[in-house]
Amino acid sequence: MLRFFLSRLALIIPTFIGVSIISFAFIRLLPGDPIMLLAGERGMSAERYAQLSAEMGFDRPLVAQYFDYLMGILQGDLGTSIVTRRPVLDEFFTLFPATIELALCAIVLATALGIPLGVLAAVKRGTWIDQTVMGTALVGYSMPIFWWGLLLIILFSGTLGWTPVSGRISLLYFFPPVTGFMLIDSLLSGQDGAFLSALSHLILPTIVLATIPLAVIARQTRSAMLEVLGEDYVRTARSKGLSPRRVIGLHALRNAMIPVVTTIGLQVGVLLAGAILTETIFSWPGIGKWMVDSVFRRDYAVVQGGLLLIAIIIMFVNLLVDMLYGLINPRIRH
Amino acid sequence: MPLLELENLTVTFDTSSGPFKAVDGVSLTVDAGEILSIVGESGSGKSVSMLALMGLLPWTAKIEADVMRFEGNDLIGMSARDRRRIIGKDIAMIFQEPMSSLNPCFTVGFQIGEMLRKHLGLGRKERRQRSIELLELVGIPAPAERLSAFPHQLSGGMSQRVMIAMALSCNPKLLIADEPTTALDVTIQAQILDLLVRLQKETDMGLILITHDMGVVAETAERVQVQYAGQKVEEQPVRELFRDPHHPYTAALLAALPERARGNKRLPSIPGVVPGPNDRPPACLFEPRCSFATDLCRRTVKRQPASLGLALCNYPLVDGVPQGHPAPAAALAERQEELI
Repeated sequence: MLRFFLSRLALIIPTFIGVSIISFAFIRLLPGDPIMLLAGERGMSAERYAQLSAEMGFDRPLVAQYFDYLMGILQGDLGTSIVTRRPVLDEFFTLFPATIELALCAIVLATALGIPLGVLAAVKRGTWIDQTVMGTALVGYSMPIFWWGLLLIILFSGTLGWTPVSGRISLLYFFPPVTGFMLIDSLLSGQDGAFLSALSHLILPTIVLATIPLAVIARQTRSAMLEVLGEDYVRTARSKGLSPRRVIGLHALRNAMIPVVTTIGLQVGVLLAGAILTETIFSWPGIGKWMVDSVFRRDYAVVQGGLLLIAIIIMFVNLLVDMLYGLINPRIRH
Repeated sequence: MPLLELENLTVTFDTSSGPFKAVDGVSLTVDAGEILSIVGESGSGKSVSMLALMGLLPWTAKIEADVMRFEGNDLIGMSARDRRRIIGKDIAMIFQEPMSSLNPCFTVGFQIGEMLRKHLGLGRKERRQRSIELLELVGIPAPAERLSAFPHQLSGGMSQRVMIAMALSCNPKLLIADEPTTALDVTIQAQILDLLVRLQKETDMGLILITHDMGVVAETAERVQVQYAGQKVEEQPVRELFRDPHHPYTAALLAALPERARGNKRLPSIPGVVPGPNDRPPACLFEPRCSFATDLCRRTVKRQPASLGLALCNYPLVDGVPQGHPAPAAALAERQEELI
């Protein structure tokens, strides 16, 4: 197991270098000059431009800039935001809990609904239940996130007025962040109604972000279950006189979970990509919105640093999933 | 009272080309301490009839029977929940493919212990104790260590031993072995058969051995039931069956045994294949492949008395001679030549 872990860890290094090059290059491929954008409509004198350019190192050759960047990373320094002048890492850690909170809620919702729905569809294969679940999943999977989000806002926030439109919590409440997770902080603050307010802000973004993973997980669970239900060991389990609940929920599901866990792991990438749209629609102050804003400001340091951090997170989650996979599937472990 | 009584069991599958009778009016009885062998080629409904008894067929299968009784209890009218108290506990089954019949995600100990907890309500310690005993019983070395093994760490023979241990865990009164040795190599086959017969003798349970291997039948069974295309065509004690088969199909099966081949003649075979759902003969199902078939066999077929092995045949064989056959003796002798 340790060997397996270390070999996986070693694979991360080349991936890391690749991601650092791509994140560095891509933002520079976009037309637009960060310094001119900083100046706004007033423009800026040539001397001032040259001075700022030298300050930020933009006057040096690209390769030299990349190596500066790489050296910085190795020392734990991802650079400073051109716009806010704060270290990228600080900004990231301020905003990241908001994204984790949203992503966690979304993946929990997607898994908690997707697996039972997939199992139900497989067990009731070919019936109207199966067709309804799979049809809905297909619609959910095909839905553009931003459009789906807007529809929900129009219905639940606009017409029905049940949920707030944007943000993480009502402006009535204020308390200093402790964990960065609004649900927990609001409870810790002890203010009446703070938790419910935070929760109501979370509902729509969670649904929107969970939609695609939910559809994918449900479909994957169904097909994995269908395959497993035809296996000899399921017949053996039934021949033992076990209840259908145990046969399906334990003997079949445990085997069906092997591909499903991989799928759930892969959804983390989908979630972070989806967070960019979801956070933008709901003005959710997380890293997705941060990245979008920074792309528009051509904040090179933030975009390249943020991309790198997101990539690292995805790599580690995949590593975690591989470990988990070994835990479920004894054939890998031994 | 027999342990198991099945009368006129019919299993029908709804297929896209209409209903298909996989089992067609099969009857059988098994007593405690008896070995009944069901023989037939693939598609003769051997496994399906036993899966129907166990309630393991998919819901697309329609199961009908005049009588389906175990220890006098009617299994047909019984609720699924009550039936699950019998299945696994009093009637246990082992299957053809031991390697895929064990769940790859759970240890051997878990899979055996599960039975002990469900049917006998044993605690953790007792389960472990009993599991070790069971593995010892089926001849697995170092049983205590094997409890934590996963199925992929076992060989085919070992897996089948584990399956047997699992089946025997609640001291079943009837064990159904569905081609238990087909997937194993020859030396292991003999070991597993010996093990099954020894355990059957020791525990005095009934054993139904499904096989297509006449050699296995000769070595183990006491009574043999021959099935063809979902029907029972003959039933006899094993010795009598081998000495004097009454149905032409049984005779042809025996003639095709390499062990029985004489001289250096070509090994006889049965021409044609088992009829499928779309080409079922109108009366006798074996008629298209039978060397004694007449027009009568295309119109009707008669069940012979027990003295003639309940053969489902108009012209049952006695010492290789079809009784009451219209053809002249000389012509028959020629056809018999192929069979002997």
